[in-house]
Amino acid sequence: MQIDLSVQQVTKTFGDFTAVDDVSFEVPQGQFFSILGPSGCGKTTLLRMIAGFTEPTRGAIMIRGADMAGVAPNRRPVNLIFQHLALFPMMTVAQNIAFGLQRRRERRSDIQGKVSRILERVDLPGFEDKTIDQLSGGQKQRVAIARCLVLEPAVLLLDEPLGALDLKLREQMKVELKKLQAEVGTTFVYITHDQSEALVMSDHVAVMNKGRFEQVDTPQNLYRHPRTPFVARFVGENNAWSGAVRGSDGDTVEIETASGRIFKSRKTMPLEPGAEVELFLRPEAMIIQPGTDVGHLNRFEVIVKSLLFDGANSRLLAHPVNGDTELLIALPQNRQFDHIRRNDRIEVGWDPQSGICFAAEASP
Amino acid sequence: MKGRFQISLPLICFLTPVLLWLVLLIVLPHVDLLRMSLRTEDLGGQPAWGIGNYLNFFKEPIYWLTFVRTAVYSIMVTVMTFIVAMPVAFYITKVAAPRFQGFLMMLLLMPFWVSELVRVYGWMILLRESGVINHFLIQLGLLKQPVEMLYNDVTMVMGLVYTSMLFMAVPLVSVLESLDDSLIEAAYDLGANMGTIFFRIVIPHAMPGIVSGSIVVFMLTLGNYLTPNLMGGKNSLWFTEQIYNQFIASFNWNQGSAFGFLLLALSSLVIWVGLKLSRQKLSRVVQ
Repeated sequence: MQIDLSVQQVTKTFGDFTAVDDVSFEVPQGQFFSILGPSGCGKTTLLRMIAGFTEPTRGAIMIRGADMAGVAPNRRPVNLIFQHLALFPMMTVAQNIAFGLQRRRERRSDIQGKVSRILERVDLPGFEDKTIDQLSGGQKQRVAIARCLVLEPAVLLLDEPLGALDLKLREQMKVELKKLQAEVGTTFVYITHDQSEALVMSDHVAVMNKGRFEQVDTPQNLYRHPRTPFVARFVGENNAWSGAVRGSDGDTVEIETASGRIFKSRKTMPLEPGAEVELFLRPEAMIIQPGTDVGHLNRFEVIVKSLLFDGANSRLLAHPVNGDTELLIALPQNRQFDHIRRNDRIEVGWDPQSGICFAAEASP
Repeated sequence: MKGRFQISLPLICFLTPVLLWLVLLIVLPHVDLLRMSLRTEDLGGQPAWGIGNYLNFFKEPIYWLTFVRTAVYSIMVTVMTFIVAMPVAFYITKVAAPRFQGFLMMLLLMPFWVSELVRVYGWMILLRESGVINHFLIQLGLLKQPVEMLYNDVTMVMGLVYTSMLFMAVPLVSVLESLDDSLIEAAYDLGANMGTIFFRIVIPHAMPGIVSGSIVVFMLTLGNYLTPNLMGGKNSLWFTEQIYNQFIASFNWNQGSAFGFLLLALSSLVIWVGLKLSRQKLSRVVQ
């Protein structure tokens, strides 16, 4: 498979501050690759280096095998969709889209054909003569995408373009963007701080923190098998306990939490007895009032603090009977638990296989 | 239901000073000037109504030649002021570090705390035959004899550009501040070079500022009396000097009024043509 984008040990420093720290990754042709991280983690700097607006301090960026060092943005085979789209308000839709083609000095008749074809592709046929302020948020989005795709870039870079849209439209655009990418087959590199955008759209996601990649994996693996505590916390929701290893038996460990509770959990890394650990558990891994016949569960009682109703994503906010850690527990909307009220005392249980534990990071 | 233009006490309070200003200082004098410009003498030397003052303008070549010269030079000064002010405004808004922007604006404004008269005398001290520049050029051995650099058209145009700089730079700075940097980057990313970015993105965006700056500079230059008079010398006639001469030297107020109205018509016409050519609307430009 051809590698469209290869970033090799790229570092970018601004004075004493290291924005991007020794990052390497490869994106094969046609992949939807996302870089997910909190704001200030260096993802925008990384994207701007790929686009050519800043040069890396160290390392190399290769696009389709060609080294991009010293190549200006207007000579790179990549295009960037800006956070606020940066459509040219002084031009019509057609002029916006034709802008890049004109810079390549393509023939006028070719340009017209390409513009109308790409507008059809993004479901805006006949929009050529509209001005930018006549478009809705979603339409602007599509024009911005069309303006870049018409140039057939090797890699299309997207800098959180859905951030400015309202929720409903954002959900819709996520699906559309994914579909469009599958149709045109262009390699997409998408940066976002919204984990749902990254998980829904991407083939591969890199989780970035403090200038480094924590984990590069498929969305499913990131969710099920996070490799660092940061990924476990950042991707999806998690309940966290801190504790110490009491003993270990084959591929399970016994952990005593700070509040004196004892849990069994799957072991994903070698852990010595006595080691400090962090234990993570997804809200949906906890089963409310498990049947008594299921033997191997970690069981404990919690007191319901409040019911967070959110349709299919409803949860309980609870805390253990003799503890003050807050727990999020998924509340399936199958009418089975409609009787649960605030301040109820209920039993929950979880399978040791769903626990994720890490050796605690050296406390700062 | 209240009407949209109901006259209320606060409205009257706010409008009165403005209306007084407009009526007493602008409208009344102009009505009087218009009346005077249409007063002439009949064959018997008696005062009468007529357009003789306006006809004089066309009969006497010196008048309309000065008039055309003033118009052409004013347009030239406006264009040159734009060429000088645009890079300055671009540098202040887009290139300089944000913390220096206020300081640079300050540097731009500072010369204008001093009166125009003093600034023109400053130029005269630099440029005159026994002035600073001549002194240094002779000291350096580049000149044998001092050269008179004042009292010619080039110096006058330079002085006018210098005087008008601020009135072009301020609207340009404000309009360029509203230009989103990502538009420039997007154009760059789509393959544009610096020239294309400037002519396709920066200029169209800055057009309202360019036109409003140009209108102000053009009107100020056209109506400038001091700089052409002091730096231009005898061969660089400016139409305001003709008006001045009619009022003060010839004491022919009727002729002077007619010239004043011709100048008003000229500036209105040029601005109208300018707006049409740049496809801008006055209401948008004066915002």
